[in-house]
Amino acid sequence: MPLLELKNITHRFEGLCAVANFNFQLAQGELVGIIGPNGAGKTTVFNLITGVYRATEGSISFNGDELVGKTPHQITKRGIARTFQNIRLFKELTVLDNVRTAYFGEALYSPLEALLHIGRYRSEEKRITERALELLAIFKLDDAASELSKNLSYGLQRKLEIARALATNPQLLLLDEPAAGMNPNEIKQLMYFIGWIRKTFSVTIILIEHQMRLVMGICERLVVLDFGATIAQGLPSEIKSNPKVLEAYLGEEAAK
Amino acid sequence: MAAFYKNILARWQYISTHKFFWPVFFVAGLAFSIAAATFDILDLYLQLILIYVGINIILTVSLNLVNGYMGEFSIGHAGFMAIGAYTASLLTVNIFPAGALNYLFPLAIVAGGMAAAAVGLIVAVPSFKTRGDYLAIVTLAFGMIVKSGIENIEAIGGPRGFLGMSKLTTLPWVFFWTVLSVWVIRNLVYSKFGRGVLSIREDEIASDLMSVNTRQVKIIVFVVSSFFAGVAGGLFAHALQFINPRMFDIIKSTDILIMVYLGGIASIGGSIIGAVIYTILLEILRPLGIWRMVLMPLMLVVLMIYRPRGIMGMREARFFVPLRDLLAAKLWKQKKKEASDASA
Repeated sequence: MPLLELKNITHRFEGLCAVANFNFQLAQGELVGIIGPNGAGKTTVFNLITGVYRATEGSISFNGDELVGKTPHQITKRGIARTFQNIRLFKELTVLDNVRTAYFGEALYSPLEALLHIGRYRSEEKRITERALELLAIFKLDDAASELSKNLSYGLQRKLEIARALATNPQLLLLDEPAAGMNPNEIKQLMYFIGWIRKTFSVTIILIEHQMRLVMGICERLVVLDFGATIAQGLPSEIKSNPKVLEAYLGEEAAK
Repeated sequence: MAAFYKNILARWQYISTHKFFWPVFFVAGLAFSIAAATFDILDLYLQLILIYVGINIILTVSLNLVNGYMGEFSIGHAGFMAIGAYTASLLTVNIFPAGALNYLFPLAIVAGGMAAAAVGLIVAVPSFKTRGDYLAIVTLAFGMIVKSGIENIEAIGGPRGFLGMSKLTTLPWVFFWTVLSVWVIRNLVYSKFGRGVLSIREDEIASDLMSVNTRQVKIIVFVVSSFFAGVAGGLFAHALQFINPRMFDIIKSTDILIMVYLGGIASIGGSIIGAVIYTILLEILRPLGIWRMVLMPLMLVVLMIYRPRGIMGMREARFFVPLRDLLAAKLWKQKKKEASDASA
């Protein structure tokens, strides 16, 4: 059984069809890239999987659970986490609190215990604080734990966003343009970093990216979207020479 | 001289973060307020001002939960206060036996809070879908509905108001409820739900995607906030011994808003400072007559220019922060150092 399966997913904004009849399967442990020109519907696919949008038609199953109609936090609890194209950290919160927020589903105490600081509150807070710091230590962010996250450098903010996503203990990690705004050297580092995350946290990864060097370098399989529809699928080497892809990226004339 | 102040500050920080600070402060404050009320240490006028300060602290801290921590803009806080005031007053005047009022008073206050909380639950529902300005309009409408609702119920006096309450709000009770509300709201802020509230302010969608049950958090915030507004209403009614719907109109809501933004958003220490300064300044400036209402807004304008986030502005007085949170990073560094020393 595939880990994630999207069947005939269609999503319309008013009249505009952002994703049309999209089919996609993902096996446990894969690293798949989704590429395509701007406005092709890549981020919309992420938003559909994570429940930010509700698909107009079709079904999404994850580990056999139907995801369409579930709220984002319910989906996150089932094991899907994501980062964002433009960093969306909780800017006025400390680095530690950014990560601790993501343990909301894991800390087991009731509102009453929270209001009176009784019962499981103490032990659970201690546990998640320690786990958050351990996670930050893995990312070498623990020394900045009490800094406000908006004061971190751009690269560290990207790192923290991934750490925060991993705090929800996901099986599947969705990375939305992790290399945006990075120079070639940083992209090289990011390639190792993603491979390392995959091994350390044993997560399956879907990656949206424009940087061909990154995508071709680490993805095992690529899906190419244009105008909300799949135009090609396969190994990176096949995609490179696929005429349809070249046309979508470079135009009809250049593709010839 | 500077060293002297630094010394005092360090001493204060040591004392205020000690684990016995809260219990000792609570017992000492309660003892003082009982003594003040029984042995004429403070004259009645001063006691009344302190009672208003306490009520305003409750209102400000509870509104700050919605406006400061959650980043929404509620203009209907006086509506919740009105519900608490009328519920508690109806209980003490019409239902509870007159002989046992002193003992049943806390029950009336709790009932007032519960009634307001129940209505807060209803107001939480539109907040699932609406944010910012639009939610502000919803709360504004809510305040108007409560006011005109009460005006049209003849059984509770309609626009003429409701009277007959005994003077049950004493300084010790106000102290007790003020500390309780500050403590409970501070507890909420420093819990996973509190981090949920803050993350909703920062980025609601990201918060939901990071496993925060945003609806649950919003319900908790509105229920707790309106509960304490109701409590403040009950105390207010039994301090003034007379209430009418006009007392709880938008002007009252604005007063509370001013105290929140004066003291500083998302800060419990700030809320207390804001409520104390505003209430006491209004009293001190009373001799100015109508000019008071010119001077106060002017001061606010100046404040907003020089400190747009209020006096405390997103910062928190240290002794409201639980030790665990205050020292988390420090303890971690220590632990790491020990581990590296041990391995070396």
